[in-house]
Amino acid sequence: MKFASEFRDPKAAKVLLAEIAKVADQIGAMKDKPVHIMEVCGGHTHSIFRYGLDKLVHEGIEFIHGPGCPVCVLPRARVDECIEIAEREGVIFTTFGDAMRVPGTKKSLLQAKADGADIRMVYSPLDALELARRNPEREVVFFGLGFETTTPSTALAIQQAAREGLGNFSVFCNHITVPEPIKALLDDPHMCLDGFIGPGHVSMVIGIHPYDFIAQDYGKPIAVAGFEPLDLLQSVLMVLRQIAEGRAEVENQYARVVPEYGNPVSLAAIDDVYETRPSFEWRGLGEIDKSGLRIRTQYEAYDAEEKFGIGYAAGRREVEEAEGCACGQVMTGRMKPVECPQFGRGCTPEMPLGALMVSSEGACAAYWQYGGARAVEPAE
Amino acid sequence: MCLGIPGQIVAITDETRQMAMAEVSGVRREVNVACVAEGALEGLVGQWALIHVGFAMSLIDEDEAEKTLIALRDLGEAQEALEQMAAGDAALAGE
Repeated sequence: MKFASEFRDPKAAKVLLAEIAKVADQIGAMKDKPVHIMEVCGGHTHSIFRYGLDKLVHEGIEFIHGPGCPVCVLPRARVDECIEIAEREGVIFTTFGDAMRVPGTKKSLLQAKADGADIRMVYSPLDALELARRNPEREVVFFGLGFETTTPSTALAIQQAAREGLGNFSVFCNHITVPEPIKALLDDPHMCLDGFIGPGHVSMVIGIHPYDFIAQDYGKPIAVAGFEPLDLLQSVLMVLRQIAEGRAEVENQYARVVPEYGNPVSLAAIDDVYETRPSFEWRGLGEIDKSGLRIRTQYEAYDAEEKFGIGYAAGRREVEEAEGCACGQVMTGRMKPVECPQFGRGCTPEMPLGALMVSSEGACAAYWQYGGARAVEPAE
Repeated sequence: MCLGIPGQIVAITDETRQMAMAEVSGVRREVNVACVAEGALEGLVGQWALIHVGFAMSLIDEDEAEKTLIALRDLGEAQEALEQMAAGDAALAGE
């Protein structure tokens, strides 16, 4: 219980852990026959390891780390395309810092910057807009990347650019959605998932009903959760109680932030600016139907794919993942990070081979940071 | 990338663009408040919001803001968000 002392309210944590243990025993969860709960969001993965929740909960509960980190699921082909845009004459390429170190086929954005491309880390798409205003002779491209939490901010920036008639701003849109990969995982006959912890900040935008299919069509419980350790423990308990009572519902543990039907302004902006792509490629998961967004024809002038004839506008590129990289298996819960032959050997945070080690929200980076590095030492 | 950080809205800076000044962990940053705007923007001054990549995404109460900040500091996320804001300023300065 050494980690419990770090909780702000250890008493509350102990009560929750005892209750989780009680219900886990009640449903017959045990180490050799665990209940598999997938936390979809990379932020949750990070919290689970930071607070040692995987070690604190009953041994019959196993966390499966889902694909909910947009940097981690970014295929190498997308990174290559970013670099191709960035290296064009007159372009200022802007991106969130998270994507800078993701390896492409030949190099990362960070390496391309070192090679002379004008690549700038921005905090917000609004910074990219401001760069476009200040540099009318340059083409400013923003790398739109992220799930539904981030999607409306790019949409609002595009709407603002359209209002101002900015002709030198565009977005390389790689925004993706949470429900479809969950459906793809549930349709996978090899997956064994008993319940889900839903991403809180995604639901702050889309509400809780986009997950109805998980409960109604697949009979699995889900609790949308916040990011504090007590939030996560409470969510685990909510999922276990549903299993114990034979229920499958979408419950909202994070109601203090998540409105049932989401944020209407964000949803309207998303609907106005984007449409669903027929399919989109995910690292480790392959092509998933209707899982990505593209910019509507109405805003074509702000679509970097159209402007530069790249990405899906130019046809799909086949790019294999780095040899030996098991990000796909880790992301679908088939392999633990430490079981990957490259973990801590060919792949470390300093020299990442795969995206799960690059992003701080990636399962491998979390394992490494909170003890995984020690786990790999005896094998060396 | 996907976590919001609490900030307090301290002033409205551009009514037309729906921009406001927010104080995030002691650092002031202009943010867009379109997603939390209901009625006159002045009503937002003094309120707390979860700020995500330069947008106020959801209003929260002060107690929630404090708890969230502590959790984010524990996770290193608060520092990361502040570093990203500084990186954004540097990008605008041409670095």
